[in-house]
Order: sequence, then structure tokens, then C-alpha cells
Amino acid sequence: MSAPQARPRVGLFVTCLVDLYRPTVGFAAIRLLEQAGCQVEVPRAQTCCGQPAYNTGDRATSRDLARGILDAFGGFDYVVVPSGSCGGMLREHLPHLFDDDPNLKARAAALAARSYELVAFLVDVRGVSVVDAAYAGTVTYHDSCAGLRELGVKDQPRRLLGSVAGLRLAEMAEPETCCGFGGTFCVKYPAISTRMVADKTRDIAASGADTLLAGDLGCLLNMAGRLKREASPVRSRHVAEVLAGMTDQVPPIGEARERG
Amino acid sequence: MTQPAFAARVDRALADPDLKRAIERTTGTARSKRAAAVAAWPDFAAARELGRDIKDHVTANLDHYLLTFERNATAAGAIVHWARTAQEACDIVVGICKAAGAASVTRAKSMLGEEIGLPHALADAGIERVETDLAEHIIQLAGDPPSHIVWPALHKTREQVAALFRAHHHDPGALATVAAMVASARRELRRRFMAADVGISGANFLIADTGAVCTVTNEGNAELTTTPPRVHIVTAGIEKLVPSTAHAMSLLRLLVRSATGAEVTQYTTFHCGPRRPGDADGPTAFHIVLVDNGRSRMLAEGLAEMLRCLRCGACLNHCVVFRQIGGHAYGGTYPGPMGAVLTPVLDGLAGTQDLPHACTLNGQCQEVCPVAIPLPTLLRGWRERSWREGLEPGVVRGSLFAWRFLVLRPALYRPATALALRVMRLFARRGWIARMPLAGGWTRHRDLPSPARQTFMAQLRQRRPSA
Ligand code: SF4
Repeated sequence: MSAPQARPRVGLFVTCLVDLYRPTVGFAAIRLLEQAGCQVEVPRAQTCCGQPAYNTGDRATSRDLARGILDAFGGFDYVVVPSGSCGGMLREHLPHLFDDDPNLKARAAALAARSYELVAFLVDVRGVSVVDAAYAGTVTYHDSCAGLRELGVKDQPRRLLGSVAGLRLAEMAEPETCCGFGGTFCVKYPAISTRMVADKTRDIAASGADTLLAGDLGCLLNMAGRLKREASPVRSRHVAEVLAGMTDQVPPIGEARERG
Repeated sequence: MTQPAFAARVDRALADPDLKRAIERTTGTARSKRAAAVAAWPDFAAARELGRDIKDHVTANLDHYLLTFERNATAAGAIVHWARTAQEACDIVVGICKAAGAASVTRAKSMLGEEIGLPHALADAGIERVETDLAEHIIQLAGDPPSHIVWPALHKTREQVAALFRAHHHDPGALATVAAMVASARRELRRRFMAADVGISGANFLIADTGAVCTVTNEGNAELTTTPPRVHIVTAGIEKLVPSTAHAMSLLRLLVRSATGAEVTQYTTFHCGPRRPGDADGPTAFHIVLVDNGRSRMLAEGLAEMLRCLRCGACLNHCVVFRQIGGHAYGGTYPGPMGAVLTPVLDGLAGTQDLPHACTLNGQCQEVCPVAIPLPTLLRGWRERSWREGLEPGVVRGSLFAWRFLVLRPALYRPATALALRVMRLFARRGWIARMPLAGGWTRHRDLPSPARQTFMAQLRQRRPSA
């Protein structure tokens, strides 16, 4: 790895779910990025990465959104996203939306090359190997699909979690198996999705962990919602909250007293 | 929101507790054996690229290899037929059977045969069909279509198979063990092998430079299907072509490890022309029916990569949706991810558009595919077409339209999301939403965490007024 750039300007792509559901993840991302020596900005012209349209086959809408993203984020050294699937959208899919427009395609490719999932960015680009955080508990980590398969996010979160004081990692069976969220899939095909997430919560319970972590809020809402319906004591959090040491500021997903 | 037929098939599958157990038993073993086989193969990644390149090369030069194959197969004494459609293919096969005066045919498992509807065509022509693959024999007795491309009887538990054999076999015996069940099937099938007039098989590879047809099985039934009868008919999709035997072997290595985790199939047979003078056995007539049935259209319609498919079944075994609903719910010849790409080609997109949508695009199928077919991308391609052709239900189009209006206008999106949060929080109790209008798809089987009091953007503005 070449030496990390002194103080890069990072544009934080918050993602629509973090914006609506879990603002803490956005603040955790800012803290982690600043600790890693970045100057973080949050362009206000952002809304969504476009996956709901893209994965429904509405290419025109995803292109329109992508054009806005190019304008809002084109000037940064890096674009960082606290989500593997939105990160994958920017990094793997954005350029293909402009296959018929060389100009925009080049801009999209340049942006894609500078876009990263948060934890992968910290480890792979900024060379972070330890975080300043503590968590008293046993966690299990679910590998969200797009982060894992499109972006190669696998060891990075585990490496950083290994440096969290007091934290123990207990792997579940099949951590790489999809939880059944799949964006609009989970509401279009709820019966299938429910069976999938029920298999997942069974594996989570069997791991013996008291906390479920993942890097994607969509998957987390799905799994947390199912755990709650099953009256499971397992709590759910985005991995960034633990790595940023912010777990005492906000209760687990869905628990009352969400101050955020 | 989904097509009723698909929804009904899914409900039926999910209501069957035996099905899930049967699927997990077989696919679980397949997954762990495949993982072990791949781990023990240091050059797997390179082999996969080679496999992909071989198939792509053939696809790009299909006309050349088809004509080379035809020339060499003909020189070896085979009679080569061309079928553009499933109907044409069936007509050719039935015609050959009738000309041979066949009363009964034996058939070695072939997914292409299922694809073109050959079992029905034979039945309609009054020709008795004996399935010789053990699993095909089971589903023939049960009257079921295959539910998996490698293990057609995957949906049947051992206990259900024993019951079938007891009801249908002449001499079932005790059927207490799997070995006893296999022995009963063998007793049943052996006499039929020898009595058949025509044997019909598929092909795993069509080898252009020798004109040979390669079949692989683990039961040896293909050999007994194709050797004793007077006439052997091969039906094969045109994508089965490979330039040479060496290329076939490169692909076979990938196919077997991906399908069962074994290093090689028990039986790998090359059929090259009919019996020659001095041969101890073999058919006197050898027909090869080359079937297009939508394949050249796939080339033209952006689905060329799908023509790499070796029919190994790995994408089915690893698919989380297949693992829940099994093969029959897909409603086509081919289930799982590869089936969700192929069925709209074969049966038309209107009416099958649920298949490419009933997928989380998690990418595991592509990861395990031995020829690196970008299945999620191809599925998304069908979604785009379904969207363009207006096949998506009005409620999907409507909600996406409203969403589009807002996400493209950040200045409107901010107040709109602030309002949405306030409304949603009205339904929350202690941080959770158990029921909310329009959210039934989510809340029927799981709770919905309450959204934040204020969006991230609003909070950020308070903390960093300049932002
Ligand atoms: S798509 Fe790939 S994994 Fe699936 S059956 Fe075909 S070759 Fe095997």
C-alpha cells in the first residue's frame, strides 16, 4: 500500500436508510473518518444511490440519480459509504449506467474508483488497524452480500473488531448467506424473505452472541425486526457504532430511548 | 403483487416441511463437497477462466463449430438433424422412433429432453418411455417433473421413495435400506433396458473435431440406454459444442467438482457413430438432433453469457431462494438462478417475470458458477425488460414514480422525509412498529424498527450549521 494521503477530503454518502433510520451511523462514520485523518464533508444534495430503481429495472431513474451523484461528489478525493450495497452501487454499477455516453461514463468510472465502503476504506486505504473503542459483549458479524461479493469486505471489519477492548467475536454458521432483505425483495416476496431471515436468526441465536453486527442497515433492519418478532434477546447494531465507540450514546436498533 | 401462479406455487412449497428437509439434505452435502473440491484445487480460479473462455470462444464461432461437428459426426456414420424449435425436435425424435417401429424407448436423463417436452411427445405418440436414471425413474413413478437439474427427485425424501417403489415395483423386497431400494430399481429396470428398441440420451459435450458425443453419469445408465437398442438418438442443445476432447475434459473437471464435489464422474462415455464392423455391440443407427430452441435468440438478446452454462446445478445448491422454495415453484424446466434466466427465454417473459424478481441479487450463484456467468446481471437485464414492457404491477410503478419524484429533488426530499418520520413514529411503540398501513409485507412476519426522531441531515445541520 502506498502511504496514505495526508488529509484527504472525503465526501460522506450517508445512504437514505441511515438518514432516516439510524443517524448515529452517519456520525460514527464521521468520527471514524476524522480519526483516520480525513476531512469529512456531507453534500446536502444527496438522497439515495438509486438501487430501488436500478434493481427494479428502472434504468432511467437510476441514471438521473447517478447524474446528481456525479455532480455532488465529483470533487472529492474519496466517497465513503457506510453500506456495502450502496457502496457497491457506486463502485460497481454506476459506470454501467452510462455505457452509451462516454463522457458521463468516464466521470462515473472516476468516481467509482474513488468510492469505498466505510470499513474497507479505513483498513485498505487509510491503513487503520486498531480503533479506540470498547464493547463488553459477544458479537456475531453478518457478511452482507454486496459488501462481501462486490467489494471484498470480509476481513476488514473482523480485524478492527479484534481491536475493540472487551469484545469477543463468535462466528455464526453461514455468515455469508443472504439474510433475505434484498431491498424491495423483502416486501415483494415476504413469505420467502421471512423463511430466509428465520434461518438467519436461528444461526445468530446458535452462535451464542448477544449482539448482531453488520455493515448494512437494510440487512440489519430485516434481521433486527425478525429477532424482535421472535422475542430474541440478541441486540443489533451497525458495526460503525461499535468501532466508533458510540454504543453508549444510542441504544441498539429499535430499542426505546433512541436519542438520535 | 406477484403473479398468482408463482405465489401459489411458492405457498405450496413453503407449506411442505418435508420439502425443506429434503432440499437441505441434498444441497447441504453438495455445498460442502463442492467447497472441499474447490479448496483442494489450487488452480480453480484459472480453470474457471479457461472454462469461461472456451465457452465464449465457441459461442462467438458457433456456426463454424456446428458445421465442423456436423461434418465429422456424419463422417463417423451419424445422422445429424437440425431443430429450430422444441416442436421440431420432438417431431424428429418421434419420427425416428416410428420409422424404427419402436414400441418402447429407454431414456437417460437429459434436461434438454425435458425442455423440449419429449416425455409428453412420446406419450402422445403412444410410445412407452422408460426412464433409466434412478432419480428420473422415481419421478416418473410419481408423475412429477424434475425439481433439480442434477438430482431431479431432490424433492422426494427416502421414505417417500420407498413408498413409491413398494407400490410400483414387481419385486420390491424389504426396501429397508438405500442399497435395497437401488437393487429393487435395478431389478425393475434391467429387463427394460434390454427390451427397448430405441435409446434416447442427451449430451454433455458435442466434440467438434471428432464428431463424438460425450455423456457423463454416475449410474452407468446412459451406457445401458445407448448400447443395447438398435437405434440411439441424442438430443442436444447447440451450446454443448466444444472444439476438441481436451476442451471437453477441461470443462468436465469444472462440471463434476461443481455438481457433486467428486473429481470425475463414474462413467464418461464418448459415442462416435453407430456400430462398426467388428464392434461387439452398439446401435445400428445413430441420430443426433441439434436443438436451437431460443439459443440463437439469446445470442442476439444480450444473454450470450448464459450459453456457457454446464448445467452443473451449483447455482441452485447455493441459492437461498431455491433452498426455501425448491425447484417446482419456479414453474419451468430449469429452476434456481439459471432457470430464472432461462425460463423467460423459453416460456416468454410475460407470465414468468416473477422469476427474475424473486431474487435478492446476493451474488452467491455467480460466485460458485464454474464458468463465471454473471447471473445477477442477467436477472437484472430481465427486470429492465419487464419494466420497459410495462409488466410490473401498477402499485410498483406508482410507488417508484412517487419515490422518483422526491429523490430527484433534494430540496423537497428533506421536508418530505422529515414528515414521513413523524408519521411513521405515530405507529411506533417502544421503538418498534408492529403494524402500519402499506407495510404489511414487512410487518406480517417481522417488526419494523421505528425511524429516527430527526433525519441525519437535519441533525447534522444543527451540529454543523455551515454544512
Ligand atoms: S449457471 Fe453456472 S452454476 Fe448454474 S448450472 Fe449453469 S454452470 Fe452451473
